[in-house]
Amino acid sequence: MKDDIILETRGLTKHYGGVHALEDANFVLRNGEHVAIVGDNGAGKSTFVRQITAVEQRTRGDVIFDGKPVSFGGPLEAREAGIETVFQDLALADDLDVPDNIFLGREKTKANWLGPFRILDYKAMRQATLEGLEKTAVKIPNIANTIRNMSGGQRQCVAIARTASFQAKLTIMDEPTAALGVQETAMVENIIRTLKEAGQPLIIISHNMRQVFDLADRIVVFRRGRIAANLTKDQTDPQDIVQYITGAKTGEGYEDAA
Amino acid sequence: MTDTSHGIGGLSFDTRKRTRPPELNVFFALIGIVVIFEALGYLLQGQSFLFDSADRFPSIFNEARLKIIILQVAIVGIIALGSTQVIISHGIDLSPGSVVGLTAMVAMSFAQTATVNGNPNPKAIFGDWAMDLPVIAPIVVGLAIGFGAGLVNGLLIAYTRIPPFIATLGMMVAARGAAKWWSKGRPISFPTEEFTWIGNGLGGWMPVVIFIGLAILFMLVLKYTVYGKHTYAIGSNEAAARMSGINVERHKVLVYVIAGMLASLAALVLASKNLTAQAGMGVMYELDAIAMTVIGGVSLNGGRGSVIGTVLGALIFGVIISGFTFLKLDAYYQEMVKGAIIVAAVVLDQWRQQRQSARS
Ligand SMILES: Nc1ncnc2c1ncn2[C@@H]1O[C@H](COP(=O)(O)OP(=O)(O)O)[C@@H](O)[C@H]1O
Ligand SMILES: [Mg+2]
Repeated sequence: MKDDIILETRGLTKHYGGVHALEDANFVLRNGEHVAIVGDNGAGKSTFVRQITAVEQRTRGDVIFDGKPVSFGGPLEAREAGIETVFQDLALADDLDVPDNIFLGREKTKANWLGPFRILDYKAMRQATLEGLEKTAVKIPNIANTIRNMSGGQRQCVAIARTASFQAKLTIMDEPTAALGVQETAMVENIIRTLKEAGQPLIIISHNMRQVFDLADRIVVFRRGRIAANLTKDQTDPQDIVQYITGAKTGEGYEDAA
Repeated sequence: MTDTSHGIGGLSFDTRKRTRPPELNVFFALIGIVVIFEALGYLLQGQSFLFDSADRFPSIFNEARLKIIILQVAIVGIIALGSTQVIISHGIDLSPGSVVGLTAMVAMSFAQTATVNGNPNPKAIFGDWAMDLPVIAPIVVGLAIGFGAGLVNGLLIAYTRIPPFIATLGMMVAARGAAKWWSKGRPISFPTEEFTWIGNGLGGWMPVVIFIGLAILFMLVLKYTVYGKHTYAIGSNEAAARMSGINVERHKVLVYVIAGMLASLAALVLASKNLTAQAGMGVMYELDAIAMTVIGGVSLNGGRGSVIGTVLGALIFGVIISGFTFLKLDAYYQEMVKGAIIVAAVVLDQWRQQRQSARS
């Protein structure tokens, strides 16, 4: 079954000058599948995400999304194609409120002939925001408040609600709970389970082994810019994964990374 | 407000963290300053600052002077509308004062009458072809200069990543030089009847009407259009704006182009009002405009502020100037107090931000 692959990368590579942040990454994600990406800091996980979402332009390699090779001009094109991303450094504007942030860059508008001065449809965005928050069971007391006054968990939920407010074909979350407390983490994990039940494919980057084994079907290990292992959950356990991360072990077929 | 109180998590929301709109504070400051002048008026002059009629004290309460001061605020206020959106986008524009000078010179050259009191225009810059042109000619030429200056500013800032301070400082110096070069320093005078109307129509209130009209327009633009939203977003978190797919570079160019065109509009009003253009026109206007903006609660760190705040900031400016005149205090004190107020406004903004980041 070839067509149930939602995302594939072939030889995906990113060099920052002399820094080989990502080297020859071959990765496959099937529809409905939740994959965790793990690895040390600096292993290239966020770089991998940025190449897929076209925040940066890759050095070389192919990205095949939804059956077609893609080469997005920027993050908006990736989002329009159906890839929703929660970036590690929260891409939220502190001085804007919740609907503003959720719809930033793709506002609902009226009088579109006015070009850049087209009119914001605040009512429609507010309505859609409430629906999106309901869908993800996110609780935010007043969506008309600016993001600045919210807790880390609430901010993260806004970022996640943003991905859930649109019909995503693929959701990517880069360390979505790294800065959160226990309760807030539970909230985010619940949102991820909701996506799983809805059959939505997801890539989650995380350092939290408990979380990885709770949420993911499959685990991909990054090490020094290369993929070092690709294991289904039942093939492995947390201790085993740590050995792959540190380089004590290398996955079959990934000897290049050793 | 409707809540979305369903769902999990014991997240609480501290309503005390909601901040009062800064415009309200600016408004209170305006009231406070008026009250201070009232009190000082009774103490030092034995009369009210605002409420006494001109008829009772015709020699002291100089209505014509007050009007001039209000008009002055209106013209700089037009520039301040541009500064407002520039500063909200986390930029700065130091060029408007010089753009005013250059625009006034060039536009006035296309606004001259052929004959003055039956004689040929003694200040004529061009030949007959440029005399008695329809008023649209100097307006188009003037706005084109603002457009050009803004475009250069915007392109430099957006694409070469020169800090806005430096790019617009360059424009400030260059445009002033161009203004002096244009007529080799000679003033340009005797505009057409039509052109005179821009700054003197409606019984002399034209500049105020233009300022208020533009203020309302920009209030709506910043609050209700995609342009406004993206301006705030870029000023608040440029990286986030970029990741959200906003074309940050193109947007910045637009922001500076609009600021440039507002400066040239202010120049048209000023030159028309004064019936003459001089290369030194508009000196320091950019700083007054920035001061009005900052006093009005627009944050120099971007992302925050509003046109209403700037209008209130302009009013504070006007009140202070007229207040000092009213108290018969020296103009030197005006400048010094103006300086102190600008610094106080920035300190206040800084302090507000520290308090906010300490809480979150
Ligand atoms: N913009 C950049 N310029 C230069 N080097 C970078 C840049 N972004 C990331 N790197 C480097 O690339 C490597 C991978 O970084 P990253 O993908 O952020 O790692 P991870 O997300 O796995 O912690 C690191 O060595 C990092 O220093
Ligand atoms: Mg990372």
